[in-house]
Amino acid sequence: MFAADRIVLWAPWMVVFMPLFGFMVLAFFGGLAKRQGQQQGMMVLATACTFASFFLALLTVKSLLSLPVGDHGLHFAQPTLAEFNWIDVGGLTIPMTLLIDPLSSTMMLVITGIGSLIHLYSIGYMSHDEERVRYFSYLNLFTFFMLVLVTGASLALMFVGWEGVGLCSYLLIGFWFKKKSASDAGKKAFIVNRVGDAGLIIGMALAAAKLGTLSLMELSTGVKTMAIEEFGVFGPLTLISIALFIGACGKSAQIPLHVWLPDAMEGPTPVSALIHAATMVTAGVYMVARLGAVYQHSETAMWLVAAIGGVTAFVAATIAIVQNDIKKVLAYSTVSQLGYMFLACGVGAYGVAVFHLVTHAFFKALMFLGSGSVIHGLSGEQDMRQMGGLRTRMPWTFWTFTAGWLAIIGFPGLSGYFSKEEILMAAFGHNVFLFGLALFTAGLTAFYMSRLYFMTFLGEYRGGLEKKHEDHAGHDAHADHAKADDHSHGHGHGGIHESPAVMLIPLFLLAIGSILAGYIHVPQFVEPAIRVEEALEHISWMPVAAFAVAFAGFWLAYLMYAGPMRELPAKVAAKFAGVKDLLDAKWGFDDAYDSFVRNGVNGVVDVSERVLWKKVDAGWIDGAVNGIAQMTNDFSQGGKLLQNGLVRGSAISILAGAVALLSAILWANS
Amino acid sequence: MDHLLSLLILTPLAGALVLLLGRGMSNETIKRFSLALTLFLFAVSLLLLTQLSGFESSTEYRFQEIVNWLPEWGISYHLGIDGLSLWLIILSTLLTPISLLGSWSSIEERVREFNIFILILESAMIGVFCALDLFLFYVFWEAMLIPMYFLIGIFGHGRRIYAAVKFFLYTMAGSALMLVAFLVLYRETGSHTFDLPALTRASLDPGLQMWLFLAFALAFAIKVPMFPFHTWLPDAHVEAPTAGSVILAGVMLKMGGYGFLRLAIPLFPVAAQKAAWAIAFLGAIGIVYGALVSLVQPDLKKLVAYSSVSHLGFVMLGIAAFSPMSVVGASYQMLNHGVSTGALFLMVGMLYERRHTRLISEFGGLKNVMPRFAAVFLLVCLSSIAVPGFNGFIGEFLILVGSFTFSPGLVILSTLGVILSAAYILWMVQRVMYGEVTNEKNANLPDLNPREWATLLPLVFLALFMGVFSSLFTPSIEKPVIKIIQDARVRALPPGGQIRLIPMRQAGPAPSADTAKEAQQ
Repeated sequence: MFAADRIVLWAPWMVVFMPLFGFMVLAFFGGLAKRQGQQQGMMVLATACTFASFFLALLTVKSLLSLPVGDHGLHFAQPTLAEFNWIDVGGLTIPMTLLIDPLSSTMMLVITGIGSLIHLYSIGYMSHDEERVRYFSYLNLFTFFMLVLVTGASLALMFVGWEGVGLCSYLLIGFWFKKKSASDAGKKAFIVNRVGDAGLIIGMALAAAKLGTLSLMELSTGVKTMAIEEFGVFGPLTLISIALFIGACGKSAQIPLHVWLPDAMEGPTPVSALIHAATMVTAGVYMVARLGAVYQHSETAMWLVAAIGGVTAFVAATIAIVQNDIKKVLAYSTVSQLGYMFLACGVGAYGVAVFHLVTHAFFKALMFLGSGSVIHGLSGEQDMRQMGGLRTRMPWTFWTFTAGWLAIIGFPGLSGYFSKEEILMAAFGHNVFLFGLALFTAGLTAFYMSRLYFMTFLGEYRGGLEKKHEDHAGHDAHADHAKADDHSHGHGHGGIHESPAVMLIPLFLLAIGSILAGYIHVPQFVEPAIRVEEALEHISWMPVAAFAVAFAGFWLAYLMYAGPMRELPAKVAAKFAGVKDLLDAKWGFDDAYDSFVRNGVNGVVDVSERVLWKKVDAGWIDGAVNGIAQMTNDFSQGGKLLQNGLVRGSAISILAGAVALLSAILWANS
Repeated sequence: MDHLLSLLILTPLAGALVLLLGRGMSNETIKRFSLALTLFLFAVSLLLLTQLSGFESSTEYRFQEIVNWLPEWGISYHLGIDGLSLWLIILSTLLTPISLLGSWSSIEERVREFNIFILILESAMIGVFCALDLFLFYVFWEAMLIPMYFLIGIFGHGRRIYAAVKFFLYTMAGSALMLVAFLVLYRETGSHTFDLPALTRASLDPGLQMWLFLAFALAFAIKVPMFPFHTWLPDAHVEAPTAGSVILAGVMLKMGGYGFLRLAIPLFPVAAQKAAWAIAFLGAIGIVYGALVSLVQPDLKKLVAYSSVSHLGFVMLGIAAFSPMSVVGASYQMLNHGVSTGALFLMVGMLYERRHTRLISEFGGLKNVMPRFAAVFLLVCLSSIAVPGFNGFIGEFLILVGSFTFSPGLVILSTLGVILSAAYILWMVQRVMYGEVTNEKNANLPDLNPREWATLLPLVFLALFMGVFSSLFTPSIEKPVIKIIQDARVRALPPGGQIRLIPMRQAGPAPSADTAKEAQQ
């Protein structure tokens, strides 16, 4: 039971099922919790489940690493649940099996670790919401599906998690369902994701038809045995890879399927941190990395992945520059950073992509939660023009946010620095144009993040909130918070205040992660699982170039938003009005999407209604049917006397029918 | 146990007779009697599962009963079931008590007639799934129409007469042709028997096969309903009482797909395989067409009705693609559709009982006043749009993956239906459930009551159970399906030809089972 080789057979299942257990308890019994204390109990239970899941994940990984090494130096295990098949039809067997190897272990730790912290944070953040138990049940359900996504041993099981997290995302974005914009955003997210999912289904169908399996292990090893004619520019492997990549674009918000992510900010901020920054949106990157051995065989698909990734990174970063909503900046930043990860995948540096996924999970979750703390402290304000000077009023939030900011802009020594530099090096070896774009984007990143940082925390407070609670700022406030309930009711009404400890502790831990995560050798750890040899050429001038570009971005932002040239943004905007308009319009994607919805979808709706329903159905088909009926009716006017009663008439026709039937049988028998 | 099938068919008839004669029974007694009887039948039908391992291991018909009926014409009372019919029978016996319970308070007049019709209907439905004699099949097939005709015509809503007559004429038109085809078949095979297993062994001229197949196919296509023979369905559903809709969608539509698999394909294998592309094509069109028209329905019931056209399109695509995986998927999807669409119709009926309208625009913000209803409704909708973990996903997944080699193009077209289904269902959910309560009349609607819970819980449970434990159901379905496919392929061969069934794993690499085992030990 407690030997390592036994542990890896049961512990991963416990990791997966703990959050599901939490969800079930909350879903079935949450309605019974009426009082404040009971509801808090429910919230603590949900949080405890994810923490338990995290510790079990640690145990799993520790045991996994003490297993004897398989081929290619890979530690892995495939625990199967009770010899039970989820699907077993027509030769396609999909057992309930998990794949535990360094790659899924890494994902598991990120999800449960960061997930636990966000659960903890939510206890504070959602403390005033009447439906906090429902919120926590969704959060637990999400964690369950996300774990299924990364541990499932076949594409089909991955797809369970894939759609499941999409569902939870739908529920959580539209959590405040009374708001039309929230339920609209939820619906948009689900439908755009379904477009991607359709790609995934086609990819699975192709893989099943061509390779005869959906098992991730077998797919990765199977491609090596494929005949050479299966490769080629538009060979089956390319089609499989591209179809799956469409799914990845939907989930990971890559152009042109990125439009749902900024809208998704309608959800509660911890949800943005968990789902729309640290975990769910990275699922596409995980899938491409997981199938790296397949992608590696298709130059076309690789090129597409790299190009979409590079372009998305750049475009999203430019849009982030002109956003004034703090969460929108972070959302576009997330799209941009995901683009970096795909760029890394596309140039064959899958391990590096996962590395950036991990470091990004820390610093982006940190910054989202930090922005949540700001929004919480400002009673719901999200416009950065109404912020400023929060450094002194929310010192803990400020200092932890600083760590996240430095990490994302690539300050030497912090996590983002390492992972981004490796992406740049990998890109340089493959495609100089994409490398240039990525390097320039690094500068843009430093610029827009510094802009956010300066506008929010430095300078003078520009908002209109009264300042009566100012003296509560600082960490004394949360001591009160823990024991005094009346204080917590003061939140959201009064002036600017620092958040309670239950929200600050996760910030603190994530800040430590953002600083130190770069020292874990993620690429070397996960590479055996991906089965692609990555030879990363070390380029000595890269640190210098990366730092110089980041510094330039930072310095420019400093001048424009904190330094002596504060009138400059307006001047630049006036001078380059065309560019400003383009960026304000988000490169036209939102307009294109809206007009697609308005014209395309409305056109479809219109055609469906006017042509398909009212003309084809009601006009042609029914017209023909009714016409025939009318003819029959005219014809049978003579028999009208028989129709003197519904029941009797039918009885007679049945009798007549029976007579006709018998005579016909007599004929047939003759 | 020997006469289990007869017991299932005759008990509801006897019950109907009791109701007919027992004039002194109060409405309440009648309701309780019928509910108890149908629940008893459900329990009896579960006895069929005692032979589940038999269904999984061999394709022979079980629980057979043969009694000579009209021997001079080769007609016998021949019953028997395999894994294909097994689950459909259980679905019928499950949905009947649920629909009775669902109509408990909505049918207040002519309660006796209502229950009589439902009981006759149940008997006929079970009969269709058990009959192994064409004549007997036809008797049950037609017997089904009459009670349903009255259920719509008497207990329906506004345009009930139009809908009932339309339903009757449509289905009669199909079955009249089928009858003619029966007779020609009877005459041409020269075997002078209506026995199905015997007839499937006879060989027919390919030209004649095509004509007969088309006659059968028309009858079944109307029943499914397959585009463009579907226009009776929305009218019938909208006008039918809730119980009628549940049984119609839940069971009677399945007769179409069942008819193809049990009769049309085994009897006319050459023609069936020639016509497969057309059926698959119409199926795929139906998927997209039904979804598009669902999108614009102002009436909840019509929306669900058109969504059925879309879902049944998947079934037809799967049957036509004719691979083991796609046909099993289609059969499974028939069961799934019965569960999830049955539940959807029940819930729309509950809204109608509360508000006497089904117009989407009349609702909005119901989640505020009926949170439990909203939660269950969402679950049922998720099952309907085939979210993995729910039953619908297994069916759609098997159909799409299994049909891919048959026609990648049609599969890609059909995935449009996957996207559109999310759109029309979630848009509907949003308009009905989310937002603030804008209509005063919705402000004080009561949430689910215990009786309503009792009708919904079994279906929601099944939707999830069948989504996770599909392998408890599929082996018994797969066995007869593979036999049907192999027989049809063999019989469609030119003399001396060879059959080659392509197994799924043919191209697959050797699984690295050894290394996996090592790690586990």
